Amino acid sequence: MSETKTTNGALVQVEGVDKIFHRGAEDIHILTGLSLQVPDRQFLALMGPSGSGKSTLLNLIGGLDRPTQGTVTIGGERIDQLSDRQLAHWRARHVGFVFQLYNLMPVLSAERNVELPLLLTHLSKAERADHVRTALAVVGLSHRAKHYPRTLSGGEQQRVGIARAIVTDPTLLLCDEPTGDLDRKAGDEILDLLQALNREHGKTILMVTHDPHASARAARTVHLDKGQLKEEPAK
Amino acid sequence: MKFLPLILSNLKRRKLRTLLTVLSIMVAFVLFGLICAIQHALVGGVDMAGADRLIVRHKVSLIVSLPASYQQEIDKVPGVAGSAHLTWFGGIYQDAKNFFPQMAVVPEEILATYPKVILPPEQKKAWLDSRTAAVAGRTTAKRFGWKVGDRIPLTTGIWNRTDGSQLWAFDLAGIFDGADKATDTTPLWFRYDYFDEARVYDKGHVGWYVIRVKDPSQAVDVAKRIDDHFANSPAETKTEPEGAFVASFAKQIGNIGLIAEGIMGAVFFTILLVAGNTMSQSVRERTGELGALKAIGFTNGQVLCQVMAESCLLAGLGGVLGLGLAWMFVARGDPTGGLLPFFYIPPDNLLIGLGICLALGVATGIVPALQAMRLRVADALRRM
Repeated sequence: MSETKTTNGALVQVEGVDKIFHRGAEDIHILTGLSLQVPDRQFLALMGPSGSGKSTLLNLIGGLDRPTQGTVTIGGERIDQLSDRQLAHWRARHVGFVFQLYNLMPVLSAERNVELPLLLTHLSKAERADHVRTALAVVGLSHRAKHYPRTLSGGEQQRVGIARAIVTDPTLLLCDEPTGDLDRKAGDEILDLLQALNREHGKTILMVTHDPHASARAARTVHLDKGQLKEEPAK
Repeated sequence: MKFLPLILSNLKRRKLRTLLTVLSIMVAFVLFGLICAIQHALVGGVDMAGADRLIVRHKVSLIVSLPASYQQEIDKVPGVAGSAHLTWFGGIYQDAKNFFPQMAVVPEEILATYPKVILPPEQKKAWLDSRTAAVAGRTTAKRFGWKVGDRIPLTTGIWNRTDGSQLWAFDLAGIFDGADKATDTTPLWFRYDYFDEARVYDKGHVGWYVIRVKDPSQAVDVAKRIDDHFANSPAETKTEPEGAFVASFAKQIGNIGLIAEGIMGAVFFTILLVAGNTMSQSVRERTGELGALKAIGFTNGQVLCQVMAESCLLAGLGGVLGLGLAWMFVARGDPTGGLLPFFYIPPDNLLIGLGICLALGVATGIVPALQAMRLRVADALRRM
């Protein structure tokens, strides 16, 4: 597990963040003065209606976008001040993304998809193969390593997506509606897996979801509405 | 190298589209190779012409002959190292379509003037020993299956013999090769003394002279001296570099270089559009995937390089296949059976072809690559 530097015990610190999108002459305020702290090794569910800014917040925490105002500090590092290139390197080292539609490369086998983040490291081919085997074993897909995404079920594809997200052993997993495209059974299996990653492997997980059934698996749930956060009572 | 499987797999994404694009690029480069070979065959003699050689011909026209006695005077002109004369024969071997150049020459002179002509000593001796002997270049000998000792009958409408016949027969005493590809191995050379004695008219005249100059940098001055020397004589001369002499033949067909460049320009412009469209489509349809790559840590530069590498690989594959096929076709030899003695793709043209491959790859890939590079991750992921 990688070393994690935290500030006041929080791995993720979002302070006074505004996010404004410009559409023509119009300014659209998505987030306004938002603050959020996520302790290390916490499984947090982020809920809210469509257009409430959940994915925008996830993008800011994942270094895919920058706030218009405010600070985003992950593991003690102000990522809102990093350049595009620095952010790319930071993402490769510290964050794993799990997407609703899996975002796998259809032309690559499961193991090649999982290997992608490792291409950005200095690992040898044999070392990369070891890491891929381990990640696929964690998600229970060792037997499907050579399969292409089109031959896998939705649940299996999402497992490959999770294996790709954890193969570099990142501190933080950001999941955007990870069960949104799956049936209940497959969704439950994915949630089981995420819980296991949180409890057994110590991953800090931020999961955006519409589904109360999914958020119930998280240790903490916050609601985002009209750019403001509202904490759900502790479980 | 570790990114190569990723790049290759993207080319396999739409196999038919990739195949058709590679084929279209390949066809363009086959055409490029063949046009290079044809252009070189038609005007290549200009490049191959010796810088130290001048041609002296009649000022009025090449078909008007010059006195054989000029040679002694030419040899005395300062700067001239030696000379040889040639007279066009224009004979027909079996059929009018069997064209190849035939010329009456003086053996020692012609061999001294063209040192890259390689004739075995015993064959040279046989040529010198017999007045009816001739030597042929390897290309023509091979074309007609001639062997040393064969008798070569030629009919001509130009040169009647003193016995009234138009049939000339020569004994093949030797077959010469060229020291390099640039040496013309299509002519048949026979002895001028035999020819001049046996022909009815124009005795004592030759077609043109080839002059070797001592110092190529003085060639212009030597040419002027020769023309000045024969000024106001019954047969005034025009002396020019051998390259210009060869070029004057090629110009009878038209500006071959311009025609070839025009055709190739149109072909490559079309291919640019075809391959560019393929790359643009390829990038557009995987916007979400590119976004995912960036999300997992690929930098903008790495994404740009990936698209550029795909584009260059596509162009390189088509280009190398095309040049290879053209080379294989050209390697089979002159398809006209002798009209194009320099029919081959010069190595520098192959290098230019490879350069065009790379340029095509860059040109077709740069716009989609920049688009991919500038993709905002959050926007791209929404388009999955």
